[in-house]
Amino acid sequence: MELQILGIGILTWLVFLPIVGMLVVLLLPDKNRNAIRWTAAIATGAQVVIAGIIFALFDRTQLGINEAESFQFVEQFSWITVDAVPWVGRIEISYFMGIDGLSILMVILTALIGFIGVISSWNIDKMVKGYFALYLLLVTSMMGVFVSLDFFLFFIFWEAMLLPMYFLIGIWGGPRREYAAIKFFLYTFVGGILMLLTMLALYFSVAYTDPATGQSVHTFNILHMMNPANYIEGSLLAGIDTTWRYVAWMALFINFAIKIPLFPFHTWLPDAHVEAPTPISVILAGVLLKLGAYGILRLNFPIFPDATLYFVYFMAALGMISIIYGALCAMAQDDFKKLIAYSSISHMGIVVIGIAALNTQGMVGGVLQMFNHGIITAVLFLAVGVLYDRTHTRGLYDFGGIANQMPKYTGIAMVGMFAALGLPGLNGFVSELFSFLGAFEAYKWIAIVSVTGIIITAGYILWTIQRIFLGETPEKLHDLKDLTAREIMMFVPLLILIILLGVYPSPAIELMNTSLSHLVEFVTMGGS
Amino acid sequence: MFTQLSITILLLPLLGFLLLIFFGKRLPRQGDWLASGLILISLLLSLYLLITKVTSHSAEVFTMTFSWAVVGSLNVEFGILIDNLAAVMLVVATLISTLVHFFSIGYMKEDVRYSRYFAYLGFFSFSMLGIVITDNLLLMYVFWELVGLSSYLLIGHWYEKKSASNAANKAFIVNRIGDFGMFIGIMILFATFSTFTFESIFDSIGSGQLPFGSHGWLTAAGILIFCGAVGKSAQFPLHVWLPDAMEGPTPVSALIHAATMVAAGVYMVARVFPMLTADALLVIAYIGAITALIAATIAITQFDIKKVLAYSTISQLGYMIMALGVGAYTAGFMHLVTHAAFKAGLFLGSGSVIYAMHKVLHAQNDHHTDAQDIRNMGGLKSKMPFTYWTFLIFTLAISGIPFTSGFLSKDEILAGSFAFSTLNGHWLLPVIGFAVAGLTAFYMFRLLILTFHGKPSDESRIAGITESPKVMTIPLMILASLSLFFFYSFNPFGAASGWFFGAIERPMSMVPEILQPATAAVFNEALHGIHTTAMILSILIAAGGILLAFAVYQWKKISADKLAEKAGFLYKGAYNKWYFDEMYDKVFVGGLLLLTRIMKWFDENIIDGIVNGSASVMKGISNISGWFDNNVVDGLVNATATSADRAGSMLSKIQTGKIQTYLVYVVFSFLALFVLFM
Repeated sequence: MELQILGIGILTWLVFLPIVGMLVVLLLPDKNRNAIRWTAAIATGAQVVIAGIIFALFDRTQLGINEAESFQFVEQFSWITVDAVPWVGRIEISYFMGIDGLSILMVILTALIGFIGVISSWNIDKMVKGYFALYLLLVTSMMGVFVSLDFFLFFIFWEAMLLPMYFLIGIWGGPRREYAAIKFFLYTFVGGILMLLTMLALYFSVAYTDPATGQSVHTFNILHMMNPANYIEGSLLAGIDTTWRYVAWMALFINFAIKIPLFPFHTWLPDAHVEAPTPISVILAGVLLKLGAYGILRLNFPIFPDATLYFVYFMAALGMISIIYGALCAMAQDDFKKLIAYSSISHMGIVVIGIAALNTQGMVGGVLQMFNHGIITAVLFLAVGVLYDRTHTRGLYDFGGIANQMPKYTGIAMVGMFAALGLPGLNGFVSELFSFLGAFEAYKWIAIVSVTGIIITAGYILWTIQRIFLGETPEKLHDLKDLTAREIMMFVPLLILIILLGVYPSPAIELMNTSLSHLVEFVTMGGS
Repeated sequence: MFTQLSITILLLPLLGFLLLIFFGKRLPRQGDWLASGLILISLLLSLYLLITKVTSHSAEVFTMTFSWAVVGSLNVEFGILIDNLAAVMLVVATLISTLVHFFSIGYMKEDVRYSRYFAYLGFFSFSMLGIVITDNLLLMYVFWELVGLSSYLLIGHWYEKKSASNAANKAFIVNRIGDFGMFIGIMILFATFSTFTFESIFDSIGSGQLPFGSHGWLTAAGILIFCGAVGKSAQFPLHVWLPDAMEGPTPVSALIHAATMVAAGVYMVARVFPMLTADALLVIAYIGAITALIAATIAITQFDIKKVLAYSTISQLGYMIMALGVGAYTAGFMHLVTHAAFKAGLFLGSGSVIYAMHKVLHAQNDHHTDAQDIRNMGGLKSKMPFTYWTFLIFTLAISGIPFTSGFLSKDEILAGSFAFSTLNGHWLLPVIGFAVAGLTAFYMFRLLILTFHGKPSDESRIAGITESPKVMTIPLMILASLSLFFFYSFNPFGAASGWFFGAIERPMSMVPEILQPATAAVFNEALHGIHTTAMILSILIAAGGILLAFAVYQWKKISADKLAEKAGFLYKGAYNKWYFDEMYDKVFVGGLLLLTRIMKWFDENIIDGIVNGSASVMKGISNISGWFDNNVVDGLVNATATSADRAGSMLSKIQTGKIQTYLVYVVFSFLALFVLFM
């Protein structure tokens, strides 16, 4: 299925609208702050509309994953082609984008969070122009990763995220912003190098025969990399269950594990979150972390099904450790934002044990958890931001009795908190349920140990609620103002999704069911 | 028809919740009439449902399912199941809820969050009804947690008090521990049977399928699911949250923490009864018995009127659980129903007393005297006649005195445990059962006497006490009449001949034959043999307990203090609730907090230490390479330059400017080349 607006494919619109916005922002005069803000809002708002169109038109019965013809909204042009390079043959890098059941929820999530991030950026006053320009660049590169089907393109978008993120934390961040920014940069940069090496190894190992010319062509096309027949005999990554394939899997995995982040690659996250301005935390937790899990599903699983089967226990164990470890660390924090950051590690661990189950329940649960966690942590980080704006503190012991001062805020934040706690009826429960069910079928004890995480989670969430919202209100908090209309507006769409998908998750599950079932089958059959 | 009706019954309170939470403050009277009216309609519909169900469709089971989510090829269905068990429970839940709504109109009149309170009551009723009518374990788990949430919100209703929010947290977290077990149990069943519905699970087990193909896992699954009930129904060792839950408003204690929510565990065990193996049931029976005993001993020593009732609730719940465990299925469930009425009555009665005490203390500007301490009461009988007489009926009912509802159900439980022991020799169960019956009669009459009889501790304080308004006393009277025998059986000495035993029958066990408990037929035969003995014994023991209470507290023939002194460490232990809280605080809470601190330290120093350490190492290496660059590499470059310079100046000496000399060089060079290349 293809869809064009003004002769340009819809995915190009989706990905590059923020860049257009960025160019407009750069042309606007510095002083016209509201025009800059509105430009960003319109660009990201249009993205939400496009995501809505994609949601409506998306064919739920198409497989995707490794079948080029069942991807939707595909755009494929050759971008860089060099003929007849000695030894290598023809080089081909293509502009290849498409959506399947694995990426569609992430696309919707990115558009939504991107837009809400703009609303919450409204009160940023420092270098507004630069901020929104970088912000829009960030949104484009995130969206680009989710729709790329060419490894080279994927890599470019991936690395392109790094730069704006670095500056957004490093310039608009808190007191230790430079340390946090550098740490984030180095961590992800190391990962990026590992991915680059893997990408090159794959590139030189994979070639397909061009049906038109009969030439053997090296390619970055991800789908070609999933077909064992395309591996050149004797090349580095040919065969199955070879050491080099394990090494390549591991290199990719470490890159993605850093992003998720999985224990023990997680320590950049609390620092980055604490220092980042609220909207950037929202983006970071809401979308960026999902890129890691998405990368594992898009690249590790279908390209290296043999290595995936080999490492799956290891992966599940890391997921389990993240769940428990993240929850325990969260409980020990007395900074509100740091607590949410560690809770993210714990909740992303659920994604990992879900997808590592390699059965449909687990996979659906894991991907749904990516989406749900994006929505829930966005609410939580926005909630932290609201309090920080008013009181300039995030210390959990500095609050108390907010429920009486800010009833609307309390109601909204409590819904988010209870969703994070996995309360049935809210979306977090559904995805945790399926992740755990899937994990339990695959490996009982890892699942059972992981489920103890829900007790610890209840502990730290309720304790946080108690320290912030309940009790007597201290004198200094007596003139706190409740939410403004703008603030309510950024919460409402997220809350609607939290409740809607908690009560009736089918609309989300339907989107990915076919593709993920296919992915499970594809991987467990060893890629054939 | 029944299923649609039950959905209406379910959704009405939810509607009330939504209306009140969004528009509560803007509605006249903050919407109390709306909430109460909606639940009243639910009650009337439930009554209609129960009567038509039991009279004309008694043996039928009505179900309805719809697809909730399709994952892979698996269709997760949710649905509704209306059998007699559900129909009875619907009435219990809506009835108590309605009465509590009306009582609260009086009791909560001046509360700051009046409309919020009624909203939460509606949310609770919705979740509770959900547990009742669901046909599968997953949906039950969903509503199970939602009642937990409403309980949390209502315990913490006065959240300005630290003790209230602590109690709310404790209730939620302790319940979560039980739910953790339940969740694992659900996962075990789902992994094997790929379904959550009770019926399909039972059918699969009946056809010989077992979780992971083993008997042990089936028993384990049963016990794990029972863990949920251990939490919710406050069974040992998770009983510690319920006494603290009394921090909530008293009508809430009546509804949630006495009559309905805590009974949900019993209801759930009744629901999954067909899949429980004999071993699982034995565990259940002993947990129930231990709970009943521990709680009863604590109840004797407490002075807070609500704490006494709380421990008594735990103890009675233990009875119900034990009854289900020994196979006295109908008796256990009947005790749930009768207990709901008289215990809700006791709590509302205590609420009426506390309300009156508060008013007086408030009028006297007395903020030190505890309005809930029975030592500050006494002699209220004449001041609060409606409250007193209804309280007396409830007390008789809980003590198991003939002509009350409590006698009917408790007698069947005791006889059941007796019969069980004759079948397999577990004599400890009936011994505990009868002992607890005596303790119950004793502590309840102690409470009654200290509160209402005798002389007040302070005449002037009691002088101003007045009876509560009608909106509070009428619910008491309704509950009191429901605590009499004829609602359940026209024979005051035989529950088995009443409609209740006709309508609720013990379901067939579906587990493999060698794992089954004694069948209903065998059990009933054993029961028949000992029933009269058990009845006489239970009446005598209850009477003994009452007499002792009168001797100690009314006639003061025996000194309570001396008794306590004689009992020594036993009294001290019971008074301190057997130190469960202290132990859990030290071991589990303390341990967990220590663990979290260790993890935090580990994260900041070890993991981040490695990260920052490797960064420093990198920095060190780059410093070295920087030095190398500056000194060695650059040194070489500079050295080259210098040597070139020197060489240049040396070579410049041979530039003499004389053509002849140059010619000599050229010739010699040619010669040299010639020699070299030849």
